[in-house]
Amino acid sequence: MLLITCPHCGPRAELEFSYGGEAHIARPIDPTGLDDEAWATFLYKRSNPKGVHAERWRHLHGCGRFFNVLRDTISDTIVTTYPAGQPRPALPSDGKENAR
Amino acid sequence: MSGRFRTPSGGRVDRRRTIRFTFDGKSYQGFEGDTLASALLANGVHLVGRSFKYHRPRGIVTAGSDEPNALVGVGVDDAHYTPNLRATQVEIYDGLVAESQNRWPSLNFDVGAVNEVFAPFLSAGFYYKTFMWPRAAWAKLYEPLIRRAAGLGRAPEQPDADRYTQVYAHCDVLIVGAGPAGLAAALATSASGAKVFVCDEQAEMGGSLLAEKTAVIDGLLAADWTAKALADLAARTNVTLMPRTTAFGWYPHNFLGLCERITDHVAKADPKLPRERLWQVRAKEVVLATGALERPLVFPDNDRPGIMMAEAARIYANRFGVKPGDKALIFTACDSAYRAALDLKAAGVAIAAIADLRAAPGGLWVDRARAAGIDVRAATVVTGTSGRLRIDSVSLAKLGPDGRTGASETIACDLLLMSGGFTPSVHLFSQSRGKLVYDEALQAYLPGASVERERSVGACRGISDLDTVLNDGAAGGSGAAQAAGFAGALGGTFAVHTDSVGTDGFIGVTPHGGHPSKTRAWIDFQNDVTAKDVKLAIREGFRSIEHVKRYTTTGMATDQGKTSNMNALGLVSETLQIPVPQVGLTTFRPPYTPTTFGIFAGQSRGDLFDPLRQTPIHDWAVAQGAVFEDVSLWKRAHYFPRAGEDMHAAVARECKATRQAVGIFDATTLGKIEVVGKDAAELMNRMYTNAWTKLEPGRLRYGVMLREDGFVMDDGVVGRMAPDRFHITTTTGGAPRVLAMMEDYIQTEWPDLDVWLTSTTEEWAVIAVQGPLARKVLEPLVEDIDLSREAMPHMSVREGKICGVPTRLFRVSFTGELGFEVNVPAGYGRAVWEAIFAAGKPYGITPYGTETMHVLRAEKGFIIVGQETDGTVTPDDAGLSWAIGKAKKDFVGKRSLARPAMTASDRKQLVGLLTVNPKTVLEEGAQIVADPAQPIPMTMLGHVTSSYWSTTLDRSIALALVRGGRARIGERLSVPMPDGPITVELVEPIFYDPKGARLDA
Ligand SMILES: [Zn+2]
Repeated sequence: MLLITCPHCGPRAELEFSYGGEAHIARPIDPTGLDDEAWATFLYKRSNPKGVHAERWRHLHGCGRFFNVLRDTISDTIVTTYPAGQPRPALPSDGKENAR
Repeated sequence: MSGRFRTPSGGRVDRRRTIRFTFDGKSYQGFEGDTLASALLANGVHLVGRSFKYHRPRGIVTAGSDEPNALVGVGVDDAHYTPNLRATQVEIYDGLVAESQNRWPSLNFDVGAVNEVFAPFLSAGFYYKTFMWPRAAWAKLYEPLIRRAAGLGRAPEQPDADRYTQVYAHCDVLIVGAGPAGLAAALATSASGAKVFVCDEQAEMGGSLLAEKTAVIDGLLAADWTAKALADLAARTNVTLMPRTTAFGWYPHNFLGLCERITDHVAKADPKLPRERLWQVRAKEVVLATGALERPLVFPDNDRPGIMMAEAARIYANRFGVKPGDKALIFTACDSAYRAALDLKAAGVAIAAIADLRAAPGGLWVDRARAAGIDVRAATVVTGTSGRLRIDSVSLAKLGPDGRTGASETIACDLLLMSGGFTPSVHLFSQSRGKLVYDEALQAYLPGASVERERSVGACRGISDLDTVLNDGAAGGSGAAQAAGFAGALGGTFAVHTDSVGTDGFIGVTPHGGHPSKTRAWIDFQNDVTAKDVKLAIREGFRSIEHVKRYTTTGMATDQGKTSNMNALGLVSETLQIPVPQVGLTTFRPPYTPTTFGIFAGQSRGDLFDPLRQTPIHDWAVAQGAVFEDVSLWKRAHYFPRAGEDMHAAVARECKATRQAVGIFDATTLGKIEVVGKDAAELMNRMYTNAWTKLEPGRLRYGVMLREDGFVMDDGVVGRMAPDRFHITTTTGGAPRVLAMMEDYIQTEWPDLDVWLTSTTEEWAVIAVQGPLARKVLEPLVEDIDLSREAMPHMSVREGKICGVPTRLFRVSFTGELGFEVNVPAGYGRAVWEAIFAAGKPYGITPYGTETMHVLRAEKGFIIVGQETDGTVTPDDAGLSWAIGKAKKDFVGKRSLARPAMTASDRKQLVGLLTVNPKTVLEEGAQIVADPAQPIPMTMLGHVTSSYWSTTLDRSIALALVRGGRARIGERLSVPMPDGPITVELVEPIFYDPKGARLDA
């Protein structure tokens, strides 16, 4: 069971949380302006990296708030957690593909 | 007396406390402190089981949790029965009832042993090869046969009568194992003040120190030092000692599963105590002090009762005061067996000889053995054994420098002890995802770099001499305390007087000179896998150890190959002529030793299996004799049968009463969410398909919610209570996901909106009063609310009082009749319900359940989300286009509705179905086709979603999703069933009062 640090409450056991999928995928401001392919990409395409993944978690059985987690999908190591709305923190190990 | 093989004195058992127990129905005596294994050995019993495949007689091999053979069933009756327990771990108590397994009719005469005769046909992979065809024979012939013949213990058929509990705990340092390394680590780390847990699978802590007779630590004999260390630790308030507690699994982020056995060793347990306790421990740092396991040697016929590990025999003699035999022969590849031989000799066991695999054994221990008069034979191997139910002789042969064996000599004995050296216990380290590194000199895998916050100390990382083990444990304990943020741990050193037994050993099959296809040398005792099987697998092309393992099943038994894995690797390495690391290593998985289902279930059994939700009106419905159904976690009244009524009759009566007079229905389980704030209407506009801006306070609207992919997720009636306040209702099962999705959008997409959500499902009881007389029933009970048709039209809401209780009174109908839903604070639910019921008596008010609710709404063609929808249904598919706010620029799911596939004309659409024979009621879920004569696979056009007998219409009705269904209305299609196709006509999905005149009454 993972140990997840809620940015608002501190470290808690995984069973207090619910998973919310990949982070930093903002809903388009004007969905009607998107063509079908762009909309399908927003709906369905996810990065699924082998390595550090930015993902959303919600402290469902705690403060109830959504926040973001950088988790290594190979080791399950949690690199850091940060409140929703904040940009993904840069990591020393970030390669070019993460520098956007 | 507790057996002829008990030494006159010595050992850690309490000789004043005689214990009586039975094994296979025969009574025996032992002493308190005995395991079942030590007590049986004291009585001269070695034969304790039959092997898995060949039903070979088998005896006790080890003295610990690695025991492969001595598996027993324990329990006085089926409700207290546990199969497959290791006799080496079962503590005896007065009245213990144990039995051997895998034999019939008896252990001495076992019919299954005919498998021995068929052994040539039962080689590796025989399941795959023999039982391939005919396919039909599997279910009727092969599988029952295999299940009866194979398998280990018998599963009890009665429910488990014992209780199990679960505990979450946190500590700074968890130490797994309380042998010398673990105790030294505990002393060091706890001196810092850190909160320390020490667990050990054995009843008594001390590990190998409990069998140590000569070593001296800090001026104390090992046993005295151990007692003092344990007393010191017990006196420290920051230390928790957990004996009989197995750390069975490592889960991410230093989370370990521990199983504590609490009452299994007591004759009359305190009924307040659980049998076992699951500890789920989150440790800042973990110290693994899990020790090492002695390896068997693999030689011909190495599986007879009376063949045992040398160190195990030493433990039986020194710790339990038991001689495992009268005359022992020892076969070894290392010095520690010499130490065992000397201790056994001191205990009164005659030592026939020591056969040493090594060409020129020498040094302190060999000299001591020779000085004690023991016949030490260098470069000597065991080439065979004999004895049916117990070993009676061993054949020895000289091993030449060329690897060939010389002439054999037969020596009589009743005990053959073997030692191939020690294998570090790296199971938990490997489970923590740490990588193992092969050590060529030790012929062992050792822990490499850590992945989690842990360290290994002592024998589990390949250190074997007592002084270095103790100092390594202390250093590790001190390091763990510092890593957990505590200074002042004592890393000190210990003054130890002991003699090294070195690190020699052997893996693989010892040379024996026998014909490879005619000798059987067991590698895996528990799964009955021989060296021949492994070689056959390699000959047939299996190379990876993972494949060899699965094909031969070596290492796949309940002991997970604790004693066999390294020998299997050694054999594959030798056969393929490649280094051991290139053979690969199979994965270690939890649990370390078998664990009861009970601790995982914990309290979650019977009534506590799932949370149970009941409405305030539940007990009233129980008293009325309602039959209940489960709807998500809720118990809902399904129907209210009167004497002599079946469900059909009760539902027919309830429907009729509601259509003709008035019915009362408990709708409390509806999900409810209060939406409050300046931007409440804006949020509603974005979340629901409908338009909300113009909905006036005091009005209700049916709302549809989509997921972003455009499919219907939930629906419900929403009331606008004030400009900045909405009262949402959701489906019974949908409330949590509706709330979660709305929270998600508020928190992460539109944090600028000023709006707040509160779950109010539990706050309101909801009493539906439905039928032409509903108004008459309620009118006398309400204050400040005008219920008249003009003042309170269909789809409106009023606040006021009913029976003196505040209410939000909805005029709404899910039946098609004039209807109200009375929301009152949940605590008043029962009282208001009873008041309405009493007021309705003169009008024939009739309570109805969910079945009647379903029939009435289906007659009106009202959908149920989750019944007419399945996550792939658009609002248009469900006939809900009218509920979409066409002028709205955006709402969740709107963009998806514009994708081409969502508007295709051949989508499945909601229609009504009428069977041509009105008496036929369709099966829900049945498929719909155009041509029932079409060969299988037929073209399926859709399926039945709801189907009922309608008393109102005196015929059956159904709803269905059918491809291009709306354009097919008037057509006839077919529903193929086992008894023949049923012809149906497609109609509009509304069967009763299509104009809605009754609603507006
Ligand atoms: Zn929180």
